Amino acid sequence: MPKVKVDGVELEVPAGATVLQACELAGKEIPRFCYHERLSIAGNCRMCLVEVKPGPPKPQASCALPASEGQEIRTDSEMVKKAREGVMEFLLINHPLDCPICDQGGECDLQDQSVAYGRGGSRYHEHKRAVTEKYMGPLIKTTMTRCIHCTRCVRFSEEIAGVDEIGALYRGETMQISTYLEKAAKHELSANVIDLCPVGALTSKPYAFEARPWELKKTLSIDVSDAIGANIRLDSRGREVLRILPRVNDDVNEEWLADRGRFMVDGLTRRRLDRPWLRRDGKLVAATWAEAFAAVASINPSASVAVVAGDLVDCETMFAAKQLAGALGSSLLEGRQTGLAYTASNLAAVAFNSTLGGIEESDAILIVGSQIRDEAPLLNARLRKAVKRGAKVFVIGPVWDTTYPATFLGEDASLLFNLPADVTEAFGAAAKPAIIIGGGALAKGALEAGLGFAERFNLVREGWNGFNVLHMAASRMGGLMLGYAQPGGLADLVAAKPRMVISLGADEVDWTKFADSMIVHIGHHGDKAAHAADVILPAAAFSEKDGTYVNTEGRVQFAERAVFAPGEAREDWTILRALADAFGVNVGFDSFEQLRAAMIAQVPALGQEGLAYYGALPAAPATADCAGTIGYPIKDPYLNNAIGRASPTLQRCSAELLHGELQAEAAE
Amino acid sequence: MADRHPEPDSPELRARWGNFAWTEANAAKAREIVARYPAGRQRSAVMPLLDLAQRQVGAEENTQGWLPLPVMEYVATQLDMPIIRVLEVATFYTMYNIAPVGRFHVQVCGTTPCMLRGSDDILAACKAKGMKKGHTTADGLFTLTEVECMGNCASAPMVQINDDNYEDLTAERIEHILDELAAGRQPKTGTQEPGRHTVEPVGGPTSLTAMVSENHDYRGEW
Ligand code: SF4
Ligand code: FES
Ligand code: FES
Repeated sequence: MPKVKVDGVELEVPAGATVLQACELAGKEIPRFCYHERLSIAGNCRMCLVEVKPGPPKPQASCALPASEGQEIRTDSEMVKKAREGVMEFLLINHPLDCPICDQGGECDLQDQSVAYGRGGSRYHEHKRAVTEKYMGPLIKTTMTRCIHCTRCVRFSEEIAGVDEIGALYRGETMQISTYLEKAAKHELSANVIDLCPVGALTSKPYAFEARPWELKKTLSIDVSDAIGANIRLDSRGREVLRILPRVNDDVNEEWLADRGRFMVDGLTRRRLDRPWLRRDGKLVAATWAEAFAAVASINPSASVAVVAGDLVDCETMFAAKQLAGALGSSLLEGRQTGLAYTASNLAAVAFNSTLGGIEESDAILIVGSQIRDEAPLLNARLRKAVKRGAKVFVIGPVWDTTYPATFLGEDASLLFNLPADVTEAFGAAAKPAIIIGGGALAKGALEAGLGFAERFNLVREGWNGFNVLHMAASRMGGLMLGYAQPGGLADLVAAKPRMVISLGADEVDWTKFADSMIVHIGHHGDKAAHAADVILPAAAFSEKDGTYVNTEGRVQFAERAVFAPGEAREDWTILRALADAFGVNVGFDSFEQLRAAMIAQVPALGQEGLAYYGALPAAPATADCAGTIGYPIKDPYLNNAIGRASPTLQRCSAELLHGELQAEAAE
Repeated sequence: MADRHPEPDSPELRARWGNFAWTEANAAKAREIVARYPAGRQRSAVMPLLDLAQRQVGAEENTQGWLPLPVMEYVATQLDMPIIRVLEVATFYTMYNIAPVGRFHVQVCGTTPCMLRGSDDILAACKAKGMKKGHTTADGLFTLTEVECMGNCASAPMVQINDDNYEDLTAERIEHILDELAAGRQPKTGTQEPGRHTVEPVGGPTSLTAMVSENHDYRGEW
């Protein structure tokens, strides 16, 4: 632990810290462009210059200089001030200074730092260089004249995404950032370079010229596009959410966000259900709320009611529906819309126990039936880190491009019983072995076999639990905690032939199976369930209600309302409360607070932000039956939920990034 | 902005170079080059392999050689590295021609020492022969490029043509060299100054003269 002096104040810094980090620990702000905590050090912008003794009598780049014993660092000297002014002036020589027409304006590092550290005037009268725009796909808009060549985007694509899509071509003054032949950046995390770019060179294409940052109201929320529960910020103006940005949460998403979570925002205003609809003579016709409730009340189902929760709903909605069904005398609740029927009696057996941060420390990982890049893009970034630290990864399932070395063992789930020697060896020797069971494997009954694997290789040991189930729906863990699981899965609901099925945004269900039931759809998008519904009660999307979400780790997180639901749509819980009145039953709450209190009373873990404790793993059953060729459930990672399917941006991503090559080939 | 651009990707380019593969001799050479680097570091061979590829293209075309995109892609697959990383290298170093060049690639140094010693005349002489910066002459013989210091300042001005340097140039001397090359003869390489061998001082040393015949200790005189 070296001791250094920063501006005359002595402090101890952790071994391996850089001078920049030492200055930060001392509470000094060091301007920077290329340095980023989560990327490798490049040291090419020179904005972080400080004066360091002992050392050469010139300013030094603090981001690339290790702090060492006895250093005297000055961040406030005349030399430093002049150095910063000089660097700033050089950076601005070829920068177009087009802030009035730049989308980064107001949240631009270059703008802020030139105000704080620049000299406030230009002495440059020669021609500035100009760089042609580079096409980078439907998400990233480029204005490469603004680029200051910090190479953050290059390092991100190489180190975090692992795809080497972006590079720095040419050299010196002619250096240009581009993808190969200006192809679209295809990686599912590619748009994070928009946040990383310290200037306006890379900005969001769909958000171009939409708003200035100071016009936006910022609301803290949770991403619902997968079961990772990335922490996000909703930026809204008036009644519209204009963009979604990631928030920093090292335990969950670090500071990244998957492209689909970021860009489904324009789906929030399209294909919305903004008024009630009723099916009359086979056709949906617009109705009033009173008519809709009357229609629902006309078939009083009493106990013959079932509830199917969709992938995007919050715990409060599921709890309210559960209370309603309970008051009617039914406990037919299910959230696994595609018919999965794994045992959910012990929640530890269906959670991502090693945690997202923890999996980075694992040294042997077996992925069974999960296309992680489609199902949980942010987890794949974690797995990359584990591999960089030396983890061995094995996959059972069809081959996909992992972006890190991995051994594909085969496609049949029964391989779990029949592992090749190198796998058993690796797991026998591993200090922190882990298994990740995805939806594709759960469908083949891999849960029990996975528990057997966990027992065989001792996956749970002192300070480590390597048994992981990776879900795909934001609502899944919350739903399981609230009892949205029948022993036989959705089939139990079908077999019960309920008179009424309440859909909570359940757009992935094969509704033809419920042809004889009245389908009451409480949802926000005119998607698959709306087409099958007999009554549509328009509800709020995740951005339009407060809600609790539990991610695949069992991490309880709260999201806040950013805007109001459009038209006549209402928050889900109020609809369910009104239905209780229509049926003449009592659900025990009249306000959101009461609802939440009742929910927490029933499932206390939902009241506590953070990881829920699910107890120990169950013992593996004596016999497990797991066989069949694994298929991955997500066919289109951009259009995997109702909001995404309504989003023009994600539709374009799907068409261009997933199917583009096929189309181009067909056209030739 | 950049005055170098890769030859654009086109069906013709793909048709011509899409099937590029090492000749037998070059395949052996490539194996030997890759083997120079430790296991797992094969990517370090990218520069010599690009050079080898450029020479092979040159041999096929009877030019100095250049790197069509499909050839860079071939090198990338050979080394199992992302193509963008190969393109970065090829665009960074000017010794890789990323667009077609002629039989002789005339690279005139225009940096300060050469400029002071008359590189403007050399350029003018080249232009008088019908060359134009960044272009190849109609007969496909000469491509003219102005480059920065080639490290031959002691015998400035200089020109590099393919693998050879021609130094101590004057307008007449470069004209002669170009004529010889055009006629298919190989002119003398290196310095063109009669009586000079390499970069030894012309007409004897002007400094450190006491060192000529014996080792002299100057320290006392400083
Ligand atoms: S585009 Fe942005 S992130 Fe990439 S090098 Fe330029 S300034 Fe940096
Ligand atoms: S932040 Fe240190 S050189 Fe860029
Ligand atoms: S300046 Fe021409 S070779 Fe050095």
